[in-house]
Amino acid sequence: MTVLVASPIFVPLLTAVAAAFAYRRPALQQAISFAGILALLGCAVALVAAAMEGRPMSVSFGGWEAPFGIEFKVDRLGAIMVLLTAIMGLAALLFQVGDPETSPGGTPRKPFVLPLLHGMLIGVCGAFVTADLFNMYVWFEVMLIGVLGLFAAGGRMDQLEATFKYFVLNVAGTLLLVVAVGSVYAVTGQLNYTALSEAAALLSPGMALVLLGSLAVAFLVKAGAFPLFAWLPAAYHTLPGPVLALVAGLLTKVGVYALLRVFGDVFAPAPDAALDVARSALGWIAAATMLTGVLGAAYHWDMRRILGFHIISQIGYMLLGIALGSDAGNGGTLFYTAHHIIVKANLFFIAAMVWRLTGSYDLRRIGGLANARPALALVFAIPALSLVGIPPLSGFWAKLIVLREALALGHVAWTVVALVVSFLTLYSMMKIWMEAFWKPHPDPSRPLEARGLAPAWCVTVGLALVTVAIGLFPEALAAYCMAAAAEIGGVP
Amino acid sequence: MIWMVALAIWTTLLVGARLAMSRDLFRVVVGLALISSGIVLMLFSAGRIYTAEPAVIEAGQSTLPATAANPIPQALVLTAIVIGFALVCFAFVLVVRVVRDGDTDNADDLRFAEPAPTHPVEPPESPAACDPPHPDAAFNAASNAAARTGRGGRRP
Repeated sequence: MTVLVASPIFVPLLTAVAAAFAYRRPALQQAISFAGILALLGCAVALVAAAMEGRPMSVSFGGWEAPFGIEFKVDRLGAIMVLLTAIMGLAALLFQVGDPETSPGGTPRKPFVLPLLHGMLIGVCGAFVTADLFNMYVWFEVMLIGVLGLFAAGGRMDQLEATFKYFVLNVAGTLLLVVAVGSVYAVTGQLNYTALSEAAALLSPGMALVLLGSLAVAFLVKAGAFPLFAWLPAAYHTLPGPVLALVAGLLTKVGVYALLRVFGDVFAPAPDAALDVARSALGWIAAATMLTGVLGAAYHWDMRRILGFHIISQIGYMLLGIALGSDAGNGGTLFYTAHHIIVKANLFFIAAMVWRLTGSYDLRRIGGLANARPALALVFAIPALSLVGIPPLSGFWAKLIVLREALALGHVAWTVVALVVSFLTLYSMMKIWMEAFWKPHPDPSRPLEARGLAPAWCVTVGLALVTVAIGLFPEALAAYCMAAAAEIGGVP
Repeated sequence: MIWMVALAIWTTLLVGARLAMSRDLFRVVVGLALISSGIVLMLFSAGRIYTAEPAVIEAGQSTLPATAANPIPQALVLTAIVIGFALVCFAFVLVVRVVRDGDTDNADDLRFAEPAPTHPVEPPESPAACDPPHPDAAFNAASNAAARTGRGGRRP
């Protein structure tokens, strides 16, 4: 049991080290990576199965019991996030097998892309399984270092510039997190989640608001919320396709997870006066995030930048669920996060396929795919319409759960913003559809061919099928998410 | 004592913030390093500042002596220092690369990934350097052959 709880850290750690030592042999490195990610997937499935029994599994390190030692605890919330991480890691690895930017097929793959990718997964999984606030900060740093390496690995000037901007703005966010964690420790003397939630109940409303607010600001930077998202559109579009899909699918969602943990679990017993102020501020931030994200997307013509701004916009919906402050809202956020990770990564994978086929990410320079590749048009339509929220796809249920709860609690303004943003999302998806698929290619002599797309087809069709499956049978996932929300909310 | 520490923290933070807001890339990194040091001091004082014995459990004992310092902030600070140092080292190497490849140390000139708009409404096309060159050699060969013979190209 101890081994299983720690496995989300140790499996990617061992894989990263082994893959780093195999840097001279790309084929061996690839085999090690696949073995590692499949092992992580197996552990994640076992964790979810164990968490569904309703007993959170925990382990303390170094012979110091919680709350003094560092504790790892996996409940339903953490388990499903680890599972999603493993699925996305497998998808990205499979996609890069045939990707000319990262695989040995075209230009040689940079020898440290795969170790860095696993290094990033250590940080992501660590943030999901830890039950200690300072340890959470450490995992955020591990994640940051892995991503910085992935950004810089390409070595193109625009990638180096993106690395620098990403570094400066994210380190600022991380430093805010250290200040927040230090303040929490100074006031309560605790860092363990369970001990903190007991201490939070004893705080004065003003002090609870200060602590909750400073933690929330730091995590909002990481989640890419308004007005702290500048690092995301400055950098994301320079990453190679498969890495971009993985980073875009996972990283901002770790920030959302941290906010869900802080608002829904650790500070849930804090005085209501403080929570009400913090939640209503978060709700307005959520509305502004949705709106600014979707408007930024409307301006751009580069598919990577359009989809990058849509990440920000969708983060708003997840924050809205947290801001509602009810178990159903928290469950809705978790459902939305699960749906969004799959759909958003899939859209980036499809954009990378479009690039392989047409030679550019800029919608003004491409076209003609509806005739040349009708199957790709269909595969694109599924995640695109799911992102908008068309029934019966997964996005419809995610939006329905969050917005029904928002209306039930009387937050009409936030709901209206969310619905308007859905229409604007449809506009962006229509733009990609019209330009990349429907209109003829501006250079009619260009053959729309690419070699080695078989792994890419497997990934995109597989993820689209997951989207359809969640859309047709949402009860199982919804019930799991509601149980997870009830569990972190303190109801056994 | 606590006021002296507070003054030191604020001085470090302000100097760091001043440098971090500079346009010079090296100063930005030095500024972030200074801010990080100030925050480390703050984290350390979160365990209360007082003179005390080192947090070492005597032989034969199982608990710390009552007069010992609080060991947890020391552990936290050590972690934060190590991580901060690694990041600053990485950032310096990165800045050297940016200065060498981009031939500028001015943050305002970093317009490779985000070109400045030239049109009031339309966004700029991403420059050729930003769109990765299509590395599939067969693809390019086929494309060139098609251009020569006038074959291919599907018109709707």
